[in-house]
Amino acid sequence: MPLHVSRQGEVVVVEIEGQLIVSNRQELKQRVLDEAETGARKILVDFQRTGYIDSAGLGVLVSLAKRLRELGGDIRLANLNDDLQTLFELTKLDTLFQISDSRERALETF
Amino acid sequence: MPGSLTLDLRIPSELQQIEGVVEEIVRGCADREVDVQALGIKFKVALAEALSNAIICGNGEDARKEVRVRVDVRDDVVIVEVEDEGQGFDLESCTEDPTTPENIEREDGRGLFLMRALVERVENFRAGGAARGNVVRLTVRHPGRAGHAA
Repeated sequence: MPLHVSRQGEVVVVEIEGQLIVSNRQELKQRVLDEAETGARKILVDFQRTGYIDSAGLGVLVSLAKRLRELGGDIRLANLNDDLQTLFELTKLDTLFQISDSRERALETF
Repeated sequence: MPGSLTLDLRIPSELQQIEGVVEEIVRGCADREVDVQALGIKFKVALAEALSNAIICGNGEDARKEVRVRVDVRDDVVIVEVEDEGQGFDLESCTEDPTTPENIEREDGRGLFLMRALVERVENFRAGGAARGNVVRLTVRHPGRAGHAA
């Protein structure tokens, strides 16, 4: 699961390539926590190139959202395809995250 | 498992195995004319959950313990059995809803819920005969195989 991390103003954009699953979720968690440690408070996760997410991957996103919100920040999501959107709807996590159709739209409103 | 057994894999209990095994099963189903595109990611996610459950809960991530995966492709369903070496669990009693306001912010507790939501049937039972462990069986309906009535 290569992670591509970039900055767009004060937003840290994390693009996940491949799967976000139990075997690699800690990589995402640590990377985002490292960014938060250095002061980042706005994290945007871009799923444009993500295949699938399992329950552990969803759990890490929930955990990171809680941590960022405790710090006064937020984590938002963009570019979920229909299948990924369905996962978020089934688990009602679409109510926990602000989800945008595109990276550009997410950045405009962050 | 009755029917045409098409895949029989044995893997060590390592989380790093999951992604490759999921891809191998999906490829095997595609080779047997299952329209895997039509299944979307639900098949892959359910497989990943079953494997993860077997490796973590069943075998305690002990790489010396084995997870066995058997896949049976039929005309309208794919049946996957994931067997670990653990003591098993009472699937019927696992009914906690991770979508409630009390649970929605929990990091864990969505695995079985997702499996049940994504495939047609989830069952578990003790392996019979010389086998030792617990088996989770997933039944996944697919749109049909080319050249076969669905």
